[in-house]
Amino acid sequence: MTAPAQPAPAAVRSSLAGRSLPAWAPWTIVGVAIAVGLLAGVSTGLNVALGIVLGVLVALVAVPAVSTVVEGGRRARDRLATLLVTLAFALALLPLLSVLITVVDNGTARFDATFLTDDMRGVVGEGGGALHAIVGTLEITAAATLISVPIGVLCAVYLVEYGGGRWLARAITLLVDVMTGVPSIVAGLFAYALFSIFFGPGIRFGIGGAVALSVLMIPVVIRSVEEMLKLVPNELREAAYALGVPKWLTVVRVVLRTAAAGIATGVTIAISRVIGETAPLLIIAGATTRTNYDIFDGRMETLPIFTYQSLMNPGARPEFGVDRAWAAALTLIIIVMLLNLVARLISRFFSLPSGR
Amino acid sequence: MTKPATAPSGPPSGDAPPGDAEPGGSPAQPQSSPHAVPVARSARRFGDLLFSGAATLAGLSIVVTLAAVFLFLIGQGFPAFTADAEDLPGEQNFAAYVAPLLFGTVWAAVIALVVAAPLAIGIALFISHYAPRRLAQGLGYLVDLLAAVPSVVYGAWGIVFLAPHAVPVYRWLERYFGWLPFFDGPTSATGRTMLTAGLVLAVMILPIMTAINREVFLQTPRLLEEAAMALGATRWETIRMTVLPFGRSGIISAGMLGLGRALGETLAVAMVLSATDVITVNVISSTNPATIAANIALDFPDSSGLAVDALIASGLVLFALTFVVNYIARVIVARRREFSGANA
Amino acid sequence: MKLMKRQVAVLGIALTAMLGLAACGDDEENGADTPSPGGSSAPAAAEVSGTINGAGASSQASAMEAWIAGFTEANPDATVNYDPAGSGAGREQFTSGAVQFAGSDAYLKDDEVTAAQETCGGDFIEFPAYISPIAVAYNLPGVDSLKLSPSVIARIFDAKITKWNDPAIAALNEGVTLPDLDITAVHRSDESGTTSNFTDYLAKAASADWPYEAGGEWPTQTGEGAAQTQGVAAALRAGEGTIGYLDASQAGELGIAAVQVGDEFVEYSPEAAAAVVDAATVVSGRPQYSYAIDLPRDTTASGVYPIVLVSYLLACTQYDSADQADTVKAFLSYVISEDGQAAAAENAGSAPISDAQREQAQAAIDAISAA
Repeated sequence: MTAPAQPAPAAVRSSLAGRSLPAWAPWTIVGVAIAVGLLAGVSTGLNVALGIVLGVLVALVAVPAVSTVVEGGRRARDRLATLLVTLAFALALLPLLSVLITVVDNGTARFDATFLTDDMRGVVGEGGGALHAIVGTLEITAAATLISVPIGVLCAVYLVEYGGGRWLARAITLLVDVMTGVPSIVAGLFAYALFSIFFGPGIRFGIGGAVALSVLMIPVVIRSVEEMLKLVPNELREAAYALGVPKWLTVVRVVLRTAAAGIATGVTIAISRVIGETAPLLIIAGATTRTNYDIFDGRMETLPIFTYQSLMNPGARPEFGVDRAWAAALTLIIIVMLLNLVARLISRFFSLPSGR
Repeated sequence: MTKPATAPSGPPSGDAPPGDAEPGGSPAQPQSSPHAVPVARSARRFGDLLFSGAATLAGLSIVVTLAAVFLFLIGQGFPAFTADAEDLPGEQNFAAYVAPLLFGTVWAAVIALVVAAPLAIGIALFISHYAPRRLAQGLGYLVDLLAAVPSVVYGAWGIVFLAPHAVPVYRWLERYFGWLPFFDGPTSATGRTMLTAGLVLAVMILPIMTAINREVFLQTPRLLEEAAMALGATRWETIRMTVLPFGRSGIISAGMLGLGRALGETLAVAMVLSATDVITVNVISSTNPATIAANIALDFPDSSGLAVDALIASGLVLFALTFVVNYIARVIVARRREFSGANA
Repeated sequence: MKLMKRQVAVLGIALTAMLGLAACGDDEENGADTPSPGGSSAPAAAEVSGTINGAGASSQASAMEAWIAGFTEANPDATVNYDPAGSGAGREQFTSGAVQFAGSDAYLKDDEVTAAQETCGGDFIEFPAYISPIAVAYNLPGVDSLKLSPSVIARIFDAKITKWNDPAIAALNEGVTLPDLDITAVHRSDESGTTSNFTDYLAKAASADWPYEAGGEWPTQTGEGAAQTQGVAAALRAGEGTIGYLDASQAGELGIAAVQVGDEFVEYSPEAAAAVVDAATVVSGRPQYSYAIDLPRDTTASGVYPIVLVSYLLACTQYDSADQADTVKAFLSYVISEDGQAAAAENAGSAPISDAQREQAQAAIDAISAA
């Protein structure tokens, strides 16, 4: 918008901070510090990991110190923050990558065509596949999404656009938070108790699992969609009202439209949250070795349950079951990956031209 | 607030005319309140009514669902509250039964949140403001993926990978920080301790917290940031003055989601934690309190009768705990509303 | 509250009865074209085609996998499902009529007996079908064989013996170099039939050193808890100086202790495990077709391994549909047959039941009929 922003930074840098560290300096210091720490760790017979930790700590002190001397306090703090943020990222990526590598490493052994096209009916020991579990996971998650997304989005709309601090809105906000804390197993027990009233004890079907998952999913949808709606600038709403657009159309075509990309991400997050659930599905969707396409009748296997049971009851020759378990976990991650891809496409399609 | 982003109001104004045209015949009734627009009041009212009705209904459905869950827990768990001590598991009254579980639940969740919250903000900032754009997208993608790893896998990872590798660190902690009650020892030989469980939980809640933080940070009005930079602020100052305050409500929401998941996580904790019924802050020994959800998962399959009631009653306690924690958080957040765009 | 619950239960049962009938009708349509009325034909010979559901002990899961696979191979139109949801859940679902058969690591309690008889509309059958030795396994590099007495095992798991080179252990293992290492005793943190059988063994065979009652929940606060058999196995592998009890087939490369019985030390084997079940006494005062047994854990007989898990199968004597009755009958007959037991032994490492037990069980199974 404002043109003068462009040349300003360069001018400021040259006039106010006459001296500044070259771009490579801080990272060189970090590298040297870690290398020295590593060396110290190895040479003194201490732990290698400990050496790296030591090096990082040294860097955390050294970089701001050098920067303070050369550039002054404000820039030093900036450098420290950059370092800390990067460190947090690296630190967090380690376990996450480790999990991912573990799954991929163990999962590829049995991830083949048979695995995707066979079920476990009549299979003992070697062979078999997860078709029944893939079908179950896809159908149950899709049904849960169909239940949760409309309710969740509408509820978020209510909270942001209509609730306006009324007691009901405040109560719902609190209840949504509480709902995020419902343990997954309680959601399963609840769904089972609910459907037992109508269908008698021993009821097991996929749609029940979808309902249990919805209990877990709805609050996540609401939370993330609500945040996205809150971020839609009020000026947009006011502009729409000023043009005489009715409120509901404003919400649908301005607010939701503006937030569409964020909503798509939110829904994906919510799906990711529940697609890996085990405990509730075990109670209400049951487990089976047969491929069942009918979500309204009969037990359905799902990938997390398949993983869990193959891992926990692998039989006298565990290697086959364990391989299948990891392959199932890998399959689940790939499904979510594809889902994410779709969500990204959707949000790119919807995203508005903006500064970013 | 400030005066952000009238610039992107292009699309809505582009969208508005068709919306305006639908009610039809705008010049028909010119005399009306200057604010609410005059045209075709009834049709418009109907649309509004329908939509707000549906939205309210969705909101109410949350209340109904939770009430049903609550009633279910009360109905099934009630016998445990009044039962004689000798009929309950462990032959102690319900309060004594649930106290270590409650402590363990809070303790594990606190460890997880203390570890995960700063990390999640760090990763989100890195992706949104530090990393090169291409890298950032890939990283965001990767983190989103990890939200979907089944808790079983996190549990298996905890047992197979994290716990054994943590043992030397715990030994070290015991030797040099043993004077702290947390690291009192004796160190567990297998590393299946409260700290391990907390760390596994932290890893589990990281993706979901990061994803929300990242989305919120990306929504910071560009103009705010540019204004700060134009004033000569460093990157960190820009973030501190614009991104973090703007995203505070989102950060807290992400924290609550993470906390909720940590409090309610079942299988991963059940697999990783070596648990018994004690209350201790020692996080590196093999004697740890269980968490409520993990205890339900561990004991539910082979329990019957009153023991099941006790388990469900402990679920009710967890429910109440989540309620209280969230209520307190809400009270704290309540003052932070001015940064919501929808505060009109 | 209790009252309300009961009402809900009654309502539930009434509804099941109605819907159950409807559902059974569906099943018949889906499955068989010729539901043989009466259903008293020879059990194993004719092919059956019903769908039956079971739930219960996870200890039987691997064996059940093999049984279901073997059975459906011979009867391609039949479907058998089994949820390894746990013994308690299995009994609960069986007594409420939710499943047609159940697996359980313990026989029915008295109030469950009444409930089962009510639900079955007659009587129920109950017999041991799965015998699995429980190994006392340890992770102690350099120590290939270890002998332990019941009293020493009890004191190790009660944290009275805390070092591997304790004189009590050394006295039993002459010539073995025991390290000066802390003992980590690993137990199941979930409630389980394995724990129940193991503590029952300790309480009977080492009553002086084990002051606790037998039960599915581990009684002491000491030691290290791990979830499920695989959790115990993982914990044992993860830490040196660990010892724990688990399903023998899952012990893998871990060291396995020989247990003192009388004057000799016995390593587990299917034969030694089956021997203790043979020596068991049938619990008296139970319904006609209940073959619940009490194991002689403190036996001193030669060649008997006393730490075993016995898991039961439960079924009704009467089913509403002939299809279901036939399928249950045929399936259970297959389970106790030599083929069935061999399949379980291969896939789950269990010990086959003896001929005497097979005869008893077959008598019970033959009592199954359609109402």
